[in-house]
Amino acid sequence: MSARTDVAQPRLGPVGWLRWTWRQLTSMRTALFLLLLLAIGAIPGSTFPQRSIDPARTTAWIADHPTAGPVLDRLGFFEVYASPWFAAIYLLLFVSLIGCVLPRTRILWHQARSAPPRAPRRLDRLAAHREETVDGEVEEVRERLRVALKRRRYRVHAHDAETLSAEKGYLRETGNLVFHVALIGVLIGVAWGHLLGWKGDVIVPVGKTFANTLSRYDTFNPGPWVDVNALDPYTITLDRLDATFETQAKSPGQFGAPRDFEAFTTFTDADGKSEPRSIRVNHPLETGGGSVFLLGNGYAPVITVRDGEGTVLYSDATPFLPQDNNYTSVGAVKVPGAAPKQLGFAGFFLPTGVIDDQGPHSIFPDSADPQLALTAFEGDLFPSGSPQSVYSLDTASMTAVPGKDGADQLRILLRPGETYALPDGRGSITFDSVERFAGLSIRTDPGKTMTLVASLLMLAGLVASLVIRRRRLFVRVGPGPRPGRTVVSVGGLAKDDDEGMPDEIAAVLSALEGTR
Amino acid sequence: MTDQTLAELSNLAIYSAMVVLTLAMIADAVYLARLVPAREAAQEGARERELVTAGGAAEADASDAASALDEPATPVGRDAEPLGARKAAGIGWTLTVLGTVLVVAGVVLRALEVHRWPLGNMYEFAIFGAMFVLLVYCAWSTRRDLRWLGLFVVTPVLLNLGLAITVWYTDASELMPSLRSVWLAIHVTVATLSVAVFTIGFSLGVMYLIQDRLETATDRPRSFMSRLPDARALERLTYGVHIVAFPMWTFTVIAGAIWARQAWGSYWNWDPKEVWSFVIWVVYAAYLHARATTGWKRQNAVWIALVGYGCIIVNFAVVNVFFVGQHSYSGL
Repeated sequence: MSARTDVAQPRLGPVGWLRWTWRQLTSMRTALFLLLLLAIGAIPGSTFPQRSIDPARTTAWIADHPTAGPVLDRLGFFEVYASPWFAAIYLLLFVSLIGCVLPRTRILWHQARSAPPRAPRRLDRLAAHREETVDGEVEEVRERLRVALKRRRYRVHAHDAETLSAEKGYLRETGNLVFHVALIGVLIGVAWGHLLGWKGDVIVPVGKTFANTLSRYDTFNPGPWVDVNALDPYTITLDRLDATFETQAKSPGQFGAPRDFEAFTTFTDADGKSEPRSIRVNHPLETGGGSVFLLGNGYAPVITVRDGEGTVLYSDATPFLPQDNNYTSVGAVKVPGAAPKQLGFAGFFLPTGVIDDQGPHSIFPDSADPQLALTAFEGDLFPSGSPQSVYSLDTASMTAVPGKDGADQLRILLRPGETYALPDGRGSITFDSVERFAGLSIRTDPGKTMTLVASLLMLAGLVASLVIRRRRLFVRVGPGPRPGRTVVSVGGLAKDDDEGMPDEIAAVLSALEGTR
Repeated sequence: MTDQTLAELSNLAIYSAMVVLTLAMIADAVYLARLVPAREAAQEGARERELVTAGGAAEADASDAASALDEPATPVGRDAEPLGARKAAGIGWTLTVLGTVLVVAGVVLRALEVHRWPLGNMYEFAIFGAMFVLLVYCAWSTRRDLRWLGLFVVTPVLLNLGLAITVWYTDASELMPSLRSVWLAIHVTVATLSVAVFTIGFSLGVMYLIQDRLETATDRPRSFMSRLPDARALERLTYGVHIVAFPMWTFTVIAGAIWARQAWGSYWNWDPKEVWSFVIWVVYAAYLHARATTGWKRQNAVWIALVGYGCIIVNFAVVNVFFVGQHSYSGL
């Protein structure tokens, strides 16, 4: 390939290289490549578990794949949409988009302000063309065509006495630009929501009140710019929670399927005004600054623990977290006030309980036969002093309370109203009643309105850019073969192969009907 | 009528539709097969005509640019077709209309049976989608001669109905709470309609690529394809159909996001279904982009559109059944 190297190539300085890079980045080809890359890059997020959606499944996947797991983790495959490479794709795409939109806006601006170009000399060279000889003087015929074009909403300009230049469909390019600019709007809206939005989850048993302060949340994920101490001081009291499950369907998979959940609450706003409000799936409670969603529910058995003298050490509705569709739930009761050693209970709550060789589990989500299956531990509940889950017991510094019959583990099975006396004067535990809890998720997203408006603008721009046609028509009139006759020539120039052009010309020429 | 009776009637309607559509498919195939001898006979005449019009290049251009979506693109008119072909096409059309009526009946009976908008599981998506494909085809057929397209619309519909009634069939059931919303009717209906239009676009795209290959082949094999619209026209039809479907898909994604906020608290969660809807959107956007890019071959652009349809298939058949996400409504 020596011949090639002989060719004198222009030397590019640093500015030249920058310009070259910019041209490459903003070219349609690069944009197309980045679009396809974006599509491919998004796919791993659906095939691998994502940490932001299901952290437990992600951890399990990595543990199951000791070789691939850590490597993929480093490459960001479990947080695809927050990974640097995914961000690189879409940011490059948006830079390319801006680089494409800016010059096009300038061109459209100039075109919209300047007259349509002069008519070419030979209109029959245009893709669509028609010539006719009609009655009438040249000026008269041209005037009729000018009116006809105006009626068809063309911008008409006469550069000289024999021609007309007409153009319409500027909204096509405008729509296209709106579409692209609105995409930037969507991105800003999403970023805005990410920076200033927050979400928090809290479990509220029936009868309890939730106050909107940071410390009350079970989990709280604020955006980087959120002032976590400035939350609206409203409260929500859960008065009742109704849950309905399928009991009629015969087909497998449908029996016991959830049908309806409704939380009846008393909402007290920051000014102290109270009113009853209900929260259902698809019907969140709007607080003004945020929305409260009913995203989960479960059971909170009311449990009371007494010491040897009968003094109440613990009495509370204790949420147990559902593990399956039939609400087999796990939870823990921690009694730090017990003496001489702290007491802890861990185990299952079963709304319709069965204990067989599969262990304790529930066979229906509603509370038909509620049971509490617990084991007891004693020792130090909070050995390290570090925060721990309220739903599980850290038994590292605890020992199992032995059973009365000499078994190494005490097994307690309670139905509502039953009390179990703990061995050796440790006191008793009572299962008083069953309550439900509501899993509330409270979220604000200040960017959502912007995202929505931008999306709708994007859709409108898209439709405009696909439906509207950009058309240029040129008219040339001249004296006919004999006086009183005029030769009319109309040529059409359409962008992006427009099949309707001959019809359009025919429609314009129909203004001369009756003069042929 | 009891729900049980309605269920039986609905299934009966779908089964009958499949029988009728199978016959329609055969009739449509016969139509295309019988076109070929006509081509042979017409070839001589065509050659003469070419000589006559050789001077009028401008005229040829004008007729070439005939409106893609409204005017007949079949090169030879109905009268030039052999009688056998015309008869077969007539039978095919009548049976397609009958099949469409039966699928509509199947969907309506299903809706009456389940007492809600019948878009709650995969079986219902599939029969609803089949209904839309047929309705779009029938409606479009009243505006232009689409008899040549019949086979390529009825066949995928039949395949879809077959899968629906055997693999995806689900007994009537109520909806889970998160699906109880007016957005079910809006979001899922538009999604289904959009997929239906994309399906026709896919068929046209495949036909375009075949036609294009045949046209550029040095020794063109004899086939019915030579009686179909030429590659240029097919490519335009493909594009015309996609620019109808793409805004509808855009609307689907936006409506889905609005609903997601209502139901799950956040308008975008990167749930697998959302990921694939996004991928589909991006791929079809790439198709439109590629078509507008100078220097990109139309064939390659159409290939991107076909990949987009592949993503739709994945989104429906794979994501619904095998991926863990919030859109787990397959009912399987």
